[in-house]
Amino acid sequence: MAKEFAVPFHWRRFKERYRLIGSRCDHCEKCFYPARVICPGCRRGGHMKEIKFSGKGKVHSYTIIRVPPEGFREYIPYIIVIVELEEGAKVLSQIVDCEPKDVKIGMRVTSCFRRIRTENETGLVLYGFKFRSV
Amino acid sequence: MNELKPKRGVAIIGIGITKFGEHWNLGLKELAVQAGTKAVEDAGISGEDIQLVVGGNMSSGLFTGQEHEAGLLADYLGLNPIPAIRTEGACSSGGLAMRVGCLAVASGMYNFVAVGGVEKMTDVYGPQATTALSGAMDYETEAYFGATFPGIYALIARRHMHEYGTTRKQLSLIAVKNHRNALHNPYAQYRKKITIGDVEKSMMVADPLRLLDCSPITDGAATVILAPADLARKYTDTPIYVRASAQASDTLSLFSRRSITTLDATVYAAKEAYRQARLSPKDIDFAEVHDCFTIAEICAYEDLGFTEKGKGGKLIEEGETEMGGKIPVNASGGLKAKGHPVGATGIAQIVEIVKQLKGEAEKRQVKNAELGLAHNVGGSGATATVHILSRDR
Ligand SMILES: [Zn+2]
Repeated sequence: MAKEFAVPFHWRRFKERYRLIGSRCDHCEKCFYPARVICPGCRRGGHMKEIKFSGKGKVHSYTIIRVPPEGFREYIPYIIVIVELEEGAKVLSQIVDCEPKDVKIGMRVTSCFRRIRTENETGLVLYGFKFRSV
Repeated sequence: MNELKPKRGVAIIGIGITKFGEHWNLGLKELAVQAGTKAVEDAGISGEDIQLVVGGNMSSGLFTGQEHEAGLLADYLGLNPIPAIRTEGACSSGGLAMRVGCLAVASGMYNFVAVGGVEKMTDVYGPQATTALSGAMDYETEAYFGATFPGIYALIARRHMHEYGTTRKQLSLIAVKNHRNALHNPYAQYRKKITIGDVEKSMMVADPLRLLDCSPITDGAATVILAPADLARKYTDTPIYVRASAQASDTLSLFSRRSITTLDATVYAAKEAYRQARLSPKDIDFAEVHDCFTIAEICAYEDLGFTEKGKGGKLIEEGETEMGGKIPVNASGGLKAKGHPVGATGIAQIVEIVKQLKGEAEKRQVKNAELGLAHNVGGSGATATVHILSRDR
């Protein structure tokens, strides 16, 4: 993930990454992260509306990254989790303020705003949601 | 799925493969040319007979700086001006090439099609290769947050263990079996026996997956020559027939799936393949499945219908997928030990199935091999292909 892109590449994702905004189908009532224009279940039968997720959920699965991709070396070991949000959608990010040995499936978490990494060449600091235990 | 019928049957009349491993002296084009030349010679045709080239390749751009892989193949295989098409579906790029080749012959548009797969992965350093492979998952919602490709399969493994009680030992047994099988495959990257202890002492990559749970970084290429089933016997006494060629898609990101322990793309592709061939999983004699990580082979057992969901770990523990078991899996050594040059893997699996069906697999020959299945996955399961091959039409 270390290829460095122009600013709009990140800027257009601020809503989903900074405020955890996705979409909800007004027909089947399913929630999606990231936002989709088309509901995979209802296709054009449904209309998508923006939804701001509460950020509350529980750990569905986890792993501890020990061999990092480019740009993440300084952060290892870090914990990657899939979180099932209370609205039903799942998301992937890191869990913070938690020792690798303490993370468990089913653990209750809430989202927080954190730095993801800093790009080398542009110096751009990338942010996004992560999770912490409640 | 659709009920469309092919206009005519498809057969494989020639195969070629390079040794898998780290080839300091061979670049992308030399690998492809080596496998291609072998396949044309094996088919007993000449270059002029070939009417279409399909080349599976995941990321020659990130691995070697060279895009436009199909153009490169036609050029250096000396096949200009016939058309050449690149197929890309991450690690299933080879499986897609096979499907496009089958569609081209089955439609009646082309008689002789060279279907290749190639990946040159060792011209970049480890972290860059990791980055290139991370493009197989959802870049903006998985890779952005620091997930790695082994990390994504580790999430599958952790949840599979949680839901079904799959054990560390069962994962290890997959690696041990595939390494043992590769001992008898002269084209394999790693011909080295390993023990459960070796797997469990190897470096942790992404808990619970260790280094020896992961397929390696590999250079390699493979090619098959396709022809209409009706013409195949003119060129070989032992044509191998394509009984099914199926493919399905799923969400790019793992977390968006119905279940993270089932690869629905595999489930649907398999269902469609069994329908095309009018067969059930019980009829399959042996298989080459996509074991990019040990957990992936366990999921494949379940999603291909070799056992019930959740019982994949038990299947390996009971020895059913070992050589001599009920359904030997990855006699070639699989991606784990034979090596995984991502774009070539799907075709290398077809090459192995053909060798087995022709009884030419030497010391790793599966007994009574009549129906073989090849299963190729892209990313964490956004794409899957299933091919069923047989000695009979
Ligand atoms: Zn809907």
